[in-house]
Amino acid sequence: MIPELGHFALVLALMLALVQAIVPMVGASRNRLALMAVGRPAAQGQFFFVAFAFACLTWAFVTSDFSVQYVAMHSNTATPMYYRITGVWGSHEGSLLLWALVLALWTVAVTVFSRHLPEAFLARVLGVLGWVSVGFLAFMLVTSNPFERLLPGAAEGRDLNPLLQDPGMIIHPPLLYMGYVGFSVAFSFAIAALLSGRMDAAWARWSRPWTTVAWVFLTAGIAVGSGWAYYELGWGGWWFWDPVENASFMPWLLGTALIHSLAVTEKRGAFRSWTVLLAIGAFSLSLLGTFLVRSGVITSVHAFATDPQRGLFILALLVIVIGGSLLLYAWRAPKLAGGGSFSFVSRETALLGNNVLLAVASASVLLGTLYPLFLDALDLGKLSVGPPYFEAVFVPLMTPVVVLMAFAPFLRWKNDTLGPVVRRVAPAFVASLVIGVGTAFAIDHVSVRTVLGLSLAAWVVLASLQLLGTRLRERAGVSLAGRLRGIPSAWWGMWLAHFGIGIFIIGVTLVGSLNQNIDVKMKNGQHADLAGYNFVFRGVRDVAGPNYDAARATIEVSRGGIAIATLQPEKRLYRAQGMPMTEAALDIGPFRDVYVSLGEQVEDDSWLVSLYYKPFISWIWLGCTLMALGGIFAASDRRYRRLAERAAPSAAAQQVA
Amino acid sequence: MKARFLVPLALFFALAGFLAFGLTLNPREVPSPLIDKPAPAFRLARLDAPETTFALEEMRGQVWLLNVWASWCVACRQEHPVLVRMAQQKLVPIVGLNYKEVRGDGAIDARKMAPEKENALAIERARRWLGDHGDPYALSVLDVDGRVGIDFGVYGVPETFLIDSAGRIRYKHIGPITPEGFRDVILPRIEEVLRAG
Amino acid sequence: MQADRFRSRGLAAGIGAAALLALTWLPPLQAADAPDRAPAVVANQALEAEVQELSHKLRCLVCQNQSIAESNAPLAVDLRDQVREQLAAGRSKEDVVDYLVARYGDFVLYEPPLKATTLLLWGGPAALLIGGAGWLGFRLRRRSVEAVSATHLSAAERERARSLLAGGDTAAAERPSSSQESRS
Repeated sequence: MIPELGHFALVLALMLALVQAIVPMVGASRNRLALMAVGRPAAQGQFFFVAFAFACLTWAFVTSDFSVQYVAMHSNTATPMYYRITGVWGSHEGSLLLWALVLALWTVAVTVFSRHLPEAFLARVLGVLGWVSVGFLAFMLVTSNPFERLLPGAAEGRDLNPLLQDPGMIIHPPLLYMGYVGFSVAFSFAIAALLSGRMDAAWARWSRPWTTVAWVFLTAGIAVGSGWAYYELGWGGWWFWDPVENASFMPWLLGTALIHSLAVTEKRGAFRSWTVLLAIGAFSLSLLGTFLVRSGVITSVHAFATDPQRGLFILALLVIVIGGSLLLYAWRAPKLAGGGSFSFVSRETALLGNNVLLAVASASVLLGTLYPLFLDALDLGKLSVGPPYFEAVFVPLMTPVVVLMAFAPFLRWKNDTLGPVVRRVAPAFVASLVIGVGTAFAIDHVSVRTVLGLSLAAWVVLASLQLLGTRLRERAGVSLAGRLRGIPSAWWGMWLAHFGIGIFIIGVTLVGSLNQNIDVKMKNGQHADLAGYNFVFRGVRDVAGPNYDAARATIEVSRGGIAIATLQPEKRLYRAQGMPMTEAALDIGPFRDVYVSLGEQVEDDSWLVSLYYKPFISWIWLGCTLMALGGIFAASDRRYRRLAERAAPSAAAQQVA
Repeated sequence: MKARFLVPLALFFALAGFLAFGLTLNPREVPSPLIDKPAPAFRLARLDAPETTFALEEMRGQVWLLNVWASWCVACRQEHPVLVRMAQQKLVPIVGLNYKEVRGDGAIDARKMAPEKENALAIERARRWLGDHGDPYALSVLDVDGRVGIDFGVYGVPETFLIDSAGRIRYKHIGPITPEGFRDVILPRIEEVLRAG
Repeated sequence: MQADRFRSRGLAAGIGAAALLALTWLPPLQAADAPDRAPAVVANQALEAEVQELSHKLRCLVCQNQSIAESNAPLAVDLRDQVREQLAAGRSKEDVVDYLVARYGDFVLYEPPLKATTLLLWGGPAALLIGGAGWLGFRLRRRSVEAVSATHLSAAERERARSLLAGGDTAAAERPSSSQESRS
């Protein structure tokens, strides 16, 4: 009964989504307030029904209702409760429901936090979001109903994919979807702006906090996913340039460009058509990612079970949403030129330069991800494009981005002279080269990659510190605390996010250069050494988990005779699927991780053990955390709250077209 | 509407065209670079008489099929009736390459096994399987460690190679041969190669 | 290990000095008592590092999307053994790559070779970058021309600016110049 209620709720949600998609749009074009006002309750009602459906599916998981096919495929009576709940989004149908729920959540957020928007504009925004929602709800109901019954019901479920039975996987998909889907808000603002012809600084200012918050979620989602890969896949890699990773990374790159472009559009009124294109592009790449993961056109470790009918449906959705919005763009964008003027040397130019680089980087990732498909479609053979390609292409493209990123905040808006600015930052630039080369020698790892990485990181850190110093000197006579308080939180956001990139680069560079590992065959009482750490093997015992049996090793780690950690890596066999899993054990430290994973049993009491020493790897996630934190600071700037009052009078401005 | 603002739309439609075409493709199927190249030479023990060997050169002058199989391979059982019927038609001889009979079976831990024991087990398992399901092969050879399989670029079982009288690989079929696949793809190719002599 | 190799180079004071110390200063290793020492799975660690490096660039054919270094699929293990065996026999990395490409095609390479069909792949990013930079330069030059000309207002524009400053029609302020629209 409950699953049918869930199914019914989805149908109702689709109906409301249709209402939300059509009525306010008609109202906006005919200027009928009564019709526009329908958008808000329709969106909130839609959210209620999608959330209800989601609760129904969760209930089916919690109560192990194996007469629901999706539950029978992805849960088991022995599955722990928290993995039963996260199993809801463990595969295609349920994750699509999560997608719809997140979209409805963002839409409701728009209805709550955008009260100050002009009615017609809000009506169009909700209308666009409604159309996206219609597409996804219809997709779910037509091809991927999570409430599909299995008759007769299964006696026992097949359990959730063991790879996903991990705390990281509990939060990774919701965060990622909040990011992906969050770009739909920036997208619908852009479309509404194109429809109404209203593309001014106010529009950019309304979009900015939404875009930034979505970007924060996406950053966090990607970071958690990468952390999960690091400890769950058992050998300590953290990024694989897998198509599915790329599918989340491309919108991130373009979203980063969008955040910066919006800044220029808001402050200076420039780049308007480019900003609109980026807003369309970031969401389009999110949709494209959804297609890639669910259609089976590419092979990926993380792809869902696929079928061509689903692929065709999403492709049709893609063509309608992206094709339609690009058509609208081609029609309306030519009217958007102009804006504040600026000279060649200005912050605008630097930001636009970074925008172009980020867009090129994003396009290059897209090219590499889809190239095998292009060749295959043209019958020119099969090939693989993997990490060596992406690293070769990505590093040269991102190097100028990072150099420019730390330099641009020193430039003034509109017009500046290059000479004095260059002279100001030159000492930091030279110092970072010296630090890069010197450190590479000090750690005895002189390679282009190490020198480049360390120099870039030093440049970001030094330039950021100098920027902070400059900013603090600006208001002489005020106390330091007063000066710190005087800096708007948006500025802190920018500073933290940029600083975070420096930290991130340190982590990436050092773990790449200095990481060490050794595979040993260990018996009870034997020890091994790696990078100054001593590992003593204390045998393996059998442990029964809730839905798996494990062989758990105990390994004592010490350095210089001082005990550091007792690590217990496991080798698990999940009962329902008979799938073996390696559960690595880590000792995480600020300057290094020690990582141990247990392999096969080779002789009677000998085990293969892989030992890893990974210096500075946690700096990768520290950097991501700082970036996300920067986004939060930026989005919480006071002026977004103040604009509510100020926007209202100018709302009546005018509607071109 | 100006032309350059249509560029994103045009690019997107080109992309969508490729994606639509991509839905019809199978990204898991990897074509062999060995097509129209000489088949890699090998000399392996025969399943029927393990003390004697069989070499590729012995088939020179004949058009034949090399079918890669193993008793643990589920899809092989699926295609087997097709092979048996093909053998009855006596169209071309089929040589079986028994691929990693023991160590390819996930249920057996072959690493702790002595080579002689592995060989004996392989022969016993392969013979029993052919006894149960029929033997369409002119003969089968034992590729116990899968090395010849690597030389042929085998990445999954079953696979089937069509080899001409000059010893060149003319076609590779990946996956089980269905009756339709035999009628529409394999048979025409065999006839074409036979005609060409 | 690294501690022995530490060379003082008069580093510029700066980032990570403390971190660097933590990383490079290590206590002397304990004397290894031979019978208790766990044997390495592969005796030749230098060779193994090469095997690993190469294996990470080779794609496992039966897996979804993993290198033969990451996968434990039987074929991946076989191919990894082949790589190790051939490198140990003194063959070069290129030889090993050629060996695998001859059997499985370019599909095994995660780093696609440069040839006619991959020109667009390898040249694409550079072409995009040049195109993007060219577009940027073109737009900026025109914009700076506009910026210069914008400082010389026509009489009509000056008149409108005055009326705007006096609190005139805000709608006109949103689109300062229709001529700019037509120029883009």
